[in-house]
Amino acid sequence: MSHHIIDFINISYSYNDGNKALENLNIRIHHGESVAIVGANGAGKSTMLKLLVGILMPEQGEIRLGEFPVTKKTLNMIRQQIGFTFQDPEDQLFNTSVYNDVAFGPRNYGLDEEEVERRVIKALQTVGIEHLLHRAPYKLSGGEKRAAAIATVLSMEPSVLAMDEPTAALDPKSRRRLINLLQGFMHTKLIATHDLDMALELCSRTIVLKNGRVEYDGPTTEIMTNSQLLEECGLELPLSLQGCPICGH
Amino acid sequence: MVDITKAYYKIFILDELAEKKTAIHRTNPVVKLVVTFIYLLVVVSYDKYDISGLLPMLFYPVIIMTVGDISLKPILVGLAIAAPLVIGVGIFNPFLDRAIVVAIGGIGISAGMLSFASLLIKCGLTVTAALLLLATTGMNKIAAALQRLHVPQIFIIQLLLTYRYISVLMGETSRVYNAYTIRAPYKKGISRNVWGSLIGLLLLRTYDRALRLYQAMKLRGFQDQYYGVNLDKLNKIDIIYLLGWTAFLLVAKFNDIPMLLGLLVTKVIK
Repeated sequence: MSHHIIDFINISYSYNDGNKALENLNIRIHHGESVAIVGANGAGKSTMLKLLVGILMPEQGEIRLGEFPVTKKTLNMIRQQIGFTFQDPEDQLFNTSVYNDVAFGPRNYGLDEEEVERRVIKALQTVGIEHLLHRAPYKLSGGEKRAAAIATVLSMEPSVLAMDEPTAALDPKSRRRLINLLQGFMHTKLIATHDLDMALELCSRTIVLKNGRVEYDGPTTEIMTNSQLLEECGLELPLSLQGCPICGH
Repeated sequence: MVDITKAYYKIFILDELAEKKTAIHRTNPVVKLVVTFIYLLVVVSYDKYDISGLLPMLFYPVIIMTVGDISLKPILVGLAIAAPLVIGVGIFNPFLDRAIVVAIGGIGISAGMLSFASLLIKCGLTVTAALLLLATTGMNKIAAALQRLHVPQIFIIQLLLTYRYISVLMGETSRVYNAYTIRAPYKKGISRNVWGSLIGLLLLRTYDRALRLYQAMKLRGFQDQYYGVNLDKLNKIDIIYLLGWTAFLLVAKFNDIPMLLGLLVTKVIK
């Protein structure tokens, strides 16, 4: 599969009300790259990820994963390769136990129960919540829900991780754990986020979207120090690069 | 309505009870499903005035609750939800069917009152049996048992999604209600003026949420096909459970056990 190169070729998408969400998007993401997608609210970050996994279909252009275009016919194969986590982990957890939720994907792909169990245990171990195996998802804390939601896609052993706001609503400790976890993944990662500090730590490349267009595409370290461009795009410097709020240095 | 958030968490209690490891819980789900089905058929097959015949049917829920370590409270909550519907259906029986059929202590009992009481008992028994099946088996294993019994996939998926939708609806109701109450501190309940818009909002929100859940399922390869948990093969205990309950239910149906017991007791006394 050509090392899972992801190509957005001249992609445009409008919402039902006619609002342009993305316009002439041309992006190539290489195998193993860790890419942050940032931008103000409504810039088109989530839409871009939803187009990648075929929840939405572009009105113009083509998205390719390796040599396969994202079309209705290839969706099953594409979705097996791309693990997508929603902004709200509750949307992803719909079974009565964590085990069943994590096993849902592998079972749908017809794996035998032994293989399903192996994958479930491995995924839960990876995100560090093996002990929550039989717990009901609605009883988990926010951080645990997020970890469980990630496990539900890891059990499908995808080659690409696409995450929508993975650190939203996490406490600092859970956020740190998630960042450490993601640092250990060798998958291609696409992370739509407002958490610029996480992007700085985790992603070597950043794409800045503004009103559905690519405003910047390059090294993360470069854009994260460019306060003028960030401000123009409705963003600001990452907290770790801002002065101390007490002494000003 | 005040405790709607609590109620949201309570709806999962039956699934939690299903995680227990008692002898009833270990029994094969297919067998439990078949026994419950036979039980429902037998209960509803009684004549509308036959109350004494129904009494032995109480034996089944009592045994399941005792052996399965299921407390009465969650079952009563479930019954309370079903009760208004049955009361609504049968409430006019006492007024429409006024013929006196029996007098107890000089008080005449009409046929309508008997049939209403019988309807209530039947409702209580059937709903309890269904709740006990859920509390000793869990929805996923019930679905797997239906699959084993070659019930059409579409039916199983409808059942699972409807069950899931209840919690989505409750969750969204809880959020909307909380959002309303924090901005309406001196109001009791929800003002009639906003009922329409709140219900409309609730419908749209649950629809959106259900759509996102469906998308999450599709993203993980869901093809309108249910691949449930694997069930063990039937063992000796399962067969004994099935035959034992079937025999009891049929004996109770075709013999008037309360009358036989009564005759036995009076003969012993004589």
